[in-house]
Order: sequence, then C-alpha cells, then structure tokens
Amino acid sequence: MRVTTTVNGERRQVEDVWEGESLLYVLRERMGLPGSKNACEQGECGSCTVYLDSVPVCACLVAAGQAEGREIRTVEGLGIDDELNPVQEAFVEAGAVQCGFCTPGLVVAADDLLDRVPQPSDADIREALAGNLCRCTGYEQILTAVRLAATRRAKVVP
Amino acid sequence: MEFLQPRTWADALSAKAEHPAALPIAGGTDVMVDLNFDRVRPAALLDLTGVDDLIHWEMDGGTVRLGAGVTYSRVIAELAAILPALAMASRTVGSPQIRNRGTVGGNLGSASPAGDAHPPLLAGDAVVEVESIRGPRAIPIAEFFTGVKENVLQPDELIKAVLVPTASGPQQFAKIGTRNAMVIAVSSFAVALRPGERRVGTGIGSAAPTPRRAEGAEEFASEALDWEGRTQLSEEVAERFGGLVAAAAAPIDDVRGTAAYRRHSLAVLARRTLGWAWSAYQRS
Amino acid sequence: MTAPIQPDTGVSGRRAAAGGVGDNVTRPDGTLKVTGEFAYSSDLWADDMLWGTTLRSPHPHTLITRLDVGPALAVPGVHAVLTYDDVPAQKVYGLERADQPVLCDGTARYQGEPIAIVAADHPETARRAASRIVVEYDVLDPLTDPRQAIDPATTQQVHPTGNVVRHLVIRKGDTSVSADVVVTGDYEVGMQDQAFLGPESGLAVPADDGGVDLYVATQWLHVDRDQVAACLGLPSDKVRITLAGVGGAFGAREDLSMQIHACMLALHTGKPVKMVYSREESFFGHVHRHPALLHYEHGASREGRLLYVTAEIILDGGAYMSSTPAVVGNAATLGVGPYDVPNVSMDCWGVYTNNPPCGAMRGFGAVQAAFGYESQMDRLAAELGLDPVEFRLLNAMSEASVMPTGQVIDFPAPVAEVLKRVSSAPMPPERPDGPEPDLRDLPGGVSNTTHGEGVVRGVGYAVGIKNVCYSEGFDDYSTARVRVEVAAGRPVASVHTAAAEVGQGVVTLLVQVVRTELGIDEVTILPADTQVGSAGSTSASRQSYMTGGAVRAACQAVRARLPDVSALREGDVVEETVEWRHRATTPLDERGQGNAHVQYAFAAHRAVVDVDVELGLVKVVELATAQDVGKVMNPTGVLGQIYGGSAQGLGLALMEEVQVSNGAIRNPSFTDYLIPTILDMPPMQVDVLEMADPHAPYGLRGVGEPPTISSTPAIVAAVRAATGRALTRIPIRPEHITGMGETLG
Repeated sequence: MRVTTTVNGERRQVEDVWEGESLLYVLRERMGLPGSKNACEQGECGSCTVYLDSVPVCACLVAAGQAEGREIRTVEGLGIDDELNPVQEAFVEAGAVQCGFCTPGLVVAADDLLDRVPQPSDADIREALAGNLCRCTGYEQILTAVRLAATRRAKVVP
Repeated sequence: MEFLQPRTWADALSAKAEHPAALPIAGGTDVMVDLNFDRVRPAALLDLTGVDDLIHWEMDGGTVRLGAGVTYSRVIAELAAILPALAMASRTVGSPQIRNRGTVGGNLGSASPAGDAHPPLLAGDAVVEVESIRGPRAIPIAEFFTGVKENVLQPDELIKAVLVPTASGPQQFAKIGTRNAMVIAVSSFAVALRPGERRVGTGIGSAAPTPRRAEGAEEFASEALDWEGRTQLSEEVAERFGGLVAAAAAPIDDVRGTAAYRRHSLAVLARRTLGWAWSAYQRS
Repeated sequence: MTAPIQPDTGVSGRRAAAGGVGDNVTRPDGTLKVTGEFAYSSDLWADDMLWGTTLRSPHPHTLITRLDVGPALAVPGVHAVLTYDDVPAQKVYGLERADQPVLCDGTARYQGEPIAIVAADHPETARRAASRIVVEYDVLDPLTDPRQAIDPATTQQVHPTGNVVRHLVIRKGDTSVSADVVVTGDYEVGMQDQAFLGPESGLAVPADDGGVDLYVATQWLHVDRDQVAACLGLPSDKVRITLAGVGGAFGAREDLSMQIHACMLALHTGKPVKMVYSREESFFGHVHRHPALLHYEHGASREGRLLYVTAEIILDGGAYMSSTPAVVGNAATLGVGPYDVPNVSMDCWGVYTNNPPCGAMRGFGAVQAAFGYESQMDRLAAELGLDPVEFRLLNAMSEASVMPTGQVIDFPAPVAEVLKRVSSAPMPPERPDGPEPDLRDLPGGVSNTTHGEGVVRGVGYAVGIKNVCYSEGFDDYSTARVRVEVAAGRPVASVHTAAAEVGQGVVTLLVQVVRTELGIDEVTILPADTQVGSAGSTSASRQSYMTGGAVRAACQAVRARLPDVSALREGDVVEETVEWRHRATTPLDERGQGNAHVQYAFAAHRAVVDVDVELGLVKVVELATAQDVGKVMNPTGVLGQIYGGSAQGLGLALMEEVQVSNGAIRNPSFTDYLIPTILDMPPMQVDVLEMADPHAPYGLRGVGEPPTISSTPAIVAAVRAATGRALTRIPIRPEHITGMGETLG
C-alpha cells in the first residue's frame, strides 16, 4: 500500500508498504530516518519514541497505515535551525549518552516532558522517563541532563 | 494482508461484517507486538483510529460513556475525579508512550486476564457497548470475559464504548509487579465503595483465566461495614475481606509469579485498599 | 572526587592541550548520537540489499532427521537458503575452542541453535520462507542440571569430550585447620542477560576480490575476523571488518552471532545482506551470564580473623564453550573475595549442558563468586557478633597481600579504604511518613501497593574484587597507529586502532591521551577496523589500560622523532605504530598457583532499601559506592561507568533472570525479562579514589566491572536486614521474601 505522511515538516510518500509494517520500519527502512531505534519492537523500551501529531508514542506500535495523513516528528527533526535543542545539548554535556541507542527516544520523551512541565521535580522526571530503558548509564546522568535542559529552557523562554 | 481504514462508525461496522477475520487495531499496543514478533498474520487489519466517534467521552446521567478509543492518558488527565480507580489503573499501564496510545476499548478487545482496566471496570459495574450491522448489544462487564484472551464478541462485532457509573464513593486500585514501573500485573485488585447502595464492588486481575469479581468478598464487606456510623474498619473485617478475595482467585504459576504468591498478594492488596477506601469514606 | 595519593602519571611538563587526561571531555560521537545520525549496525543500508533471517531449533536437544529447504526456496523474493552443508570451510567456531557449529550439524544442543539461514528481498519474505523450511526432529532428553553434568556417573554427554569444560583447583595452605566459628552456605545465581539495547545486526557486502566487507557491532574485530575467515575458507585479508555503531555490549558481543551467516549469504547471492535480530531472537542469539551454584565453608577465629575458606562453584556453560574456561578462572581465583585468607581450597567447574550457552558478561565470574563470599561474610559477622563492615575491615586484603594463587599484590589495594568510605557516607533521610505519601517514593511505586504499610528499611554492605585485562599467560596486547601532520597551518593528529567503542567512551579517552602526550588539540579517531592490528577485546575493563597504553606508547614514539610539534611543516607526516603489552601473567599450575592477573580493582557499595515485607516488593532508596580507579581519566566517563555498572548489579539482585525450564527460555522478551527503569534506580553517592597502580598507564585501573560486582550483594544484604530472610538465591523474588513458593513453575 501507499502511505503519505508529514515527517519533520516534509511531506513524504512511500510505496509498496507491506500492511504489517510498523511506522518504525517505514521511518528506518523506507524514509532513510534510522534515528528512531529498534531495540525491542514491543513498546517496552521507548527507543523508538517519536511525536505522532505532537504526542510521544512508540513508533514500533503504530501500524504504517495508521500514520496516513498524520504528522510525525522524529529525533532527526528535533534540532532548531541545525542547532541542537537544549535537551540534546544537555545530554551530550552531562554524560547522559554512552552507547546512545536509547538516546533518541529519551531525547524525545524529555523534550515532551519539558514542554508540558517546564520545571519538573526529580520524581516527575522519573515518572515521565520510566518508559525509556537505558542499559549503560544507570540513569543518573540522564536526570542531570534533564535538569540542565530545564534550567536552560527557562532562560530562553521567559 | 489488507489494511482497512474506515472513517465512520457505520463504515467500520460494514468492514467488520465484510471481513470478520479482520483484526481491529486501535493504539496497537497489543496488536503490533503480535505482528512484530510474528505471532499473528491476520487477513486484514481494521484500523479504528480514524473513527472520530470512538475518541470521545461524555456524561450521561451518572454514567460516563467512554468511547472505546479514549487513551489511558486522557483517562488520567480528564476522568480521575469521577472514575478514580480507572484513572489509578491507567496510571500503571506500561509507559507514558503506551498510555498515549493504548485505549480502554483495546484492553477489552484483547481481554487479557492481566489487563489493567478490567478490575476497576468490574468493581464499578461497567457495561460494554458493542455493535455490529445487526445492531447494538450492552454487556455487563462481569459477563464480558469468557476465557484467557477471549470475550463474548461475535466475529462481526466491534466495541463501541464502555459505560462506567461515576464513583459514588471512594475507590482504589493496586497492582503487583516486580519492578517499580512498566510491568504487567502479577496480580491486581480494585475496590469501589458505594455508600448509597451500601455495596462494595471488587475486581481481580491476573489471578484467574479471566478478570473476575470476588462476589463472596463483596457480599461480606457490604454487610460487615458500618456504613451509617462510619466506625473504624476492624482488622478482622479487613483480614476476612482479603481472605475472601484471595479465595475467589484461581491463579497459576507462570514466569511472572507463583499461584501461592498471587493469592497471598491479593489478600494483602484487598485488605489494604479496603482500608484506604474506608478511611476516605470516614473523612468524607 | 578525592585523591589520597597523587600518582606519578609519567606526564612530563610539556604544554598540555586543553581536554587532556583527567579533563571532562565530552564524547566526540555525542552530537551524532543525540541527533539520530550515528550509524548503528542495524541502521546500515545498501542498494539492492537483501535481508537475512535465521531458522532456529525450538528444542534444547534434538536430532534433525529431515531438512528440506525446497519450499522456502520456492517463495518469490527468496535468494538463498543455506544449511550446514553450505558452510564453505571450517564448520565450527568459538572463542577458546571451535566447538559451535555455524549451522546445526544434525544435532541441536540448545534451544535456538541456528539450523538454516535465508536471504530475501524483504524481512517478512525471509521470515515466511524460513517458516516453510521442512524440519523433522527426533527430540532428545536435554541435560539441564549442571550438578548432573559433573557427576561421573552421568552417561549423558553434551559433547563427546565430556561435560566438564574446566575444573580449576586452587589449594593454598591447609584447610583442615580448626576454627572457632564455622559457617557453611549454599547459594545460587540465576542466568542474567546483558540486555544491550542494540540488537545483533550488521551488513555484509561481497567484494570484487572474492572477499567480503562486514560492518558489524562487536567487541573484538580481529577474533571476529579470524573466526569468520576460517569458516568461509578465506584468507584473513579478504575478510575486512569495520566496527559499525554498537548499541551496548557488556560481554554479549564477544561471541559471534550473525557475522558468519551474513557473510555466507552475501557471498552466495553476490548481494549485500543485512541481518537484524529481533529482541526475542537476541535472547537466543548471544551467550548469557553463567548461572552458578556455590557452596562455601568459612572458618574464623573468635576475634574475627578468617582462617580458611573451602568452596565449590559450578558454572553452567550451556551447550558450547564460549569463554567458560576464562570465567572459571576468574570465579576461582577471585572466589574468596578481597580478603586475606591463609588457607584456601577452591574447586570450580564449568560444564556443558543443554541450557543456553553462557559466556562473557560484565564482571565475568567475579559477580557470581561475590554473591557467595559476601553472603558468607555477613553470616560470619552475625555469628561473631561483629559489625559487618568491622569484620570485613579486619580481613581486608591490602598491598603485599598474598592471593589464594600465591600472587603477591605489588600495587595499592585499598579495600579497607573503600569500605570505610561507604560506611561513613551520610545516610539518606528517613522515609517521610506523612498522610499523603508520594507513591513514587515507596516500594511498588504508582502501582499503589502500599502507603507505608509493611515497609521496613534495611542497610547492607559489600565489597568486591575484579581482575583487569586478560589473564593466565594470555598474550594480551593492543595496537595503535598515531599520525601527526599539518592541516590548515595547525598540527593535527589521527589515531587508528581496532578498539571497539561500545558506549564506554574509549574514543573520548584516546583523544585525551593524544592531547596530553603530544600537546595537539585537534585529534581525529579513525573508524575501528581490521586494517590496523588487533586492539584486543573491549572486555575485562581493559581498553583504557591497553589501547590507552598503546596510544600513549605510539605518541611517545612520535615524540621521539618529533620532539617539537611546532617544528612540523605542511606536507610532513610523522606516523608510528606500536603494539603494546601489559606485564606478562602466568598460567596456573595444578594447585592453582601463579601470577594469573596483571591488575585488580576494588569497589564497595552500601545499599539502603525499603522493603514491603508483606508483599516482598523492594525500593532501593540509595546506593553509596567507593571505587579506586587509580587515575580519573575522564570524570564524567568514570561516573557513567559506576552508575551504569551499579544499575546492572541492582538488576541481578532484584529482577533480572533468563528463566530456563528444561532447557527452554520462558521469558525471551523485554515484557518478562525486566531490567531496571529510571524509577528503580536510586540516587547514588559516588566516592572515587585515585591510588595509582605504578605498573599501569597513568596509574589507571579498569573501571567498568567493579560496580557490577559489589552492588548486587550489598542490595541483597540490605533486603536481608529488612526482612530477616536468608535469601540465598538471586535475583530475589517477592516469593522469596514472603515465603510463597521458593521456585517458579
């Protein structure tokens, strides 16, 4: 089947999609956007988190056809005018990235959290990121990164 | 595989009548796992996310008519005050990403004994509204589940909504998992106090082939509680209530826990949640 | 961070570039990783590429009586279906001994053993084709009890060579001495999975010269190359392997997974072939941490001095050898822990069974042993009426101690110091006991299982020991090529090694080494591949030591030719390649005596937990740790290793187990194999010591593994303190805490 979506602000159309494919597969293998990661493909790890009509979801659990006509934003579309967004920047600085396989999903989930809750408590951060598994960092430097990003966003957005 | 994408409820019903083997998909949180893991290869997928009727809820007298496509995130954000146990259960579902997609209707469709929405729906006397081109049916929740991942739906029927009476008294939900987030229930329990009717509703999850009520425990507590005087809940009553809930379960050993532990944990959860609900009732 | 001893790092007074050794340099690959542009092994793509898939044995032990690939080949879009007969040359591979068939040789010895591989134009086509391969099985009884495997009376043999892979004996002194207090205990460690997030994957591209280029996530490019070349029947220079982005490793990428399969399919079809395991397949596609049965007897004097330890440890290696012999070496040599024990009798077995193959995982044998000896230390302390930390301090090994192997420690061994630091760290505040508790602070979290009822706090301590680098006489080396030239008027350096960056940050550390050694700011790390000599494995906490050491040596060689970098002119190139070795180790003799290890590293943990004793649910409130790293090369990197390693130890203590029943894995998914979430991992206090090892580059010590070793027993000790339960098996389950069924199913 054919699937037409808007991805990172661009209209994208792909052909010959098998109906059982996930949005994740379409992004990674048909649209050349492998940033969203394929760690579990069962919604347990959050590595494939993307915005679907501005709501963070696991792209592995969205059937390709369900993305028809929708707007998707992936980690590749998170930067602002080719600059890292504050969450991305903070992740690099705070050591929140090791192997980095969980990072794209975490960055999207953290970006969403700070949009909703600009000054989250640690408990808020933990509950919001509980769906993003990381095997390298023990999460401590991810918490540091989110706190840092919150501070920086507060300075930019009055 | 076909991909059916109706835009209206009527079209969805026609599609299901025409393709009874089509697998309905909403949030995809169960269906896509089965597809990704090569467990199912249905003849068709019937995508219900384009059907606008399903994604709304409305008040109808003292009842919430919850569209089958309302997500857990919205239940938490919009219904915590009037459907507290369902909102508490929704907060324990998977992760934020899952709650943004997963729906109560989908939970009913999958009919897993571990579905988190089921115990509060059982405790709250919900009614499932299903429909086919032959017409609608209203099924009391306690009659909805027929076996492990099985329900009463006919091949041409779809779940349209669930009717949940708003809480008339305190409600609680609790769930056991072996980590502090993102777990499938080892056991779960919901309790709803209905002071007006002097009744206690219950729902047990993950401890029998289907979610089920603990009827003996309901009858006992409805009788034993001092609805009028609102005196302290005695330890004996709480303990006996827990024991009756555990006795109503029919658990098995599996990778997530032993049958013995499931029973034990249900007794503890039932005792504790009744205590919390009763304290809230005393304060109200 | 604290530095009780300032090491002589050997760095002389030349102008240090900013961002050198010891500085907080950010990762060179960080920006690519946060933008999604970093190319992991599963992200690769080539024109006209095919997808490979694997058909695996559903049975842990079976003969294959019929195998017909015809129906699969008939599926449109299928380009190849290959089986054992199609393996071009050597039919078996393996890290220490080639005993594992590339494709099933007619007998499958574990559930998930690859039988056939398929290449097709879409992954779904490949899967459908694989499901059409006709296989008939004659199912055999699996041998699944490792105790049975070492019993000489057992006739069932997994391999004709017998079931015992290695039996290592260590005898020191005389364990028949009498002791005032004797404690015996039996302990069990479940099978832990590395659970890296990036599944096994890679892309094999056939080359015009008849060779193959493989882009893959691995821990050791050169042993991959050697095994792949042998099985393909190609000279090693025709198998060129480049490291693709690695989504974590933790030991699970030491053994081959899809490497030979993808190359076979690519060479057979003449097209690039991509293979990506699903999460479920990943549980069958790599080795796990050895489950262990441990029996200990400790004798101590009334005053609290350890007099003797006798121990028997059985490690279940599963169906193939992998690195079992080396894991046995570690469990045995480190098996009494970081303590002075005059008399030791240790027997450690690694065995074959029909369980899933086990091999390397962070901590590598030391993890299993530490659960045994630290449980014993707590029980002894209780018997003696001593505080568990005091008792450990009385027996802590130190510099000049003699190991059970007879090895004399000739570098700092601050065991007492790390223990003192965790025991004197400030305690976290008491649990707030208000009427409206934040559920997220309680066991069970938002699942709302308690509002404080049944919750008891417990505190536990543990200390651990780990060897760093390869051992027992292994020729352990790393190769580094450093090139200096002038670009745009400025000196620049490039570094070529085959060190596998798996997330730990060796690419950052190498930049820092070059800046410090050569005073050059601009340093490029070239992609790791087999076009340069071996760097050895990214394991055994060794890459900072070994490839850090090799790059430092190569820089020194450059400097010998070019004392003044500013004298370099446009067009000049100075390049040096160095193969660098650590001090030699020696094999163990028949009494287990020898200088088997080159370096030891130490960490201690204090765990504070809240346990709902009625429901058996645990919330770890805080972990405090102290670790000696010799020299902090990169503060953020050191902390990241300590946090992450501690989290994996927490997982083993409380939730992580590949559940195996009659040889079959019951939970091959992230739904039922649980790893800690951010709500499970508590805040940590970390105290880093820098007691330089005079034999190591910069005085550094490997950092990665020690945190995984001591966190587990510390958490278990804390849960024991809260519950009064013996808890002799990990992971602890709610059933164990509540007494509701000791074993599952």
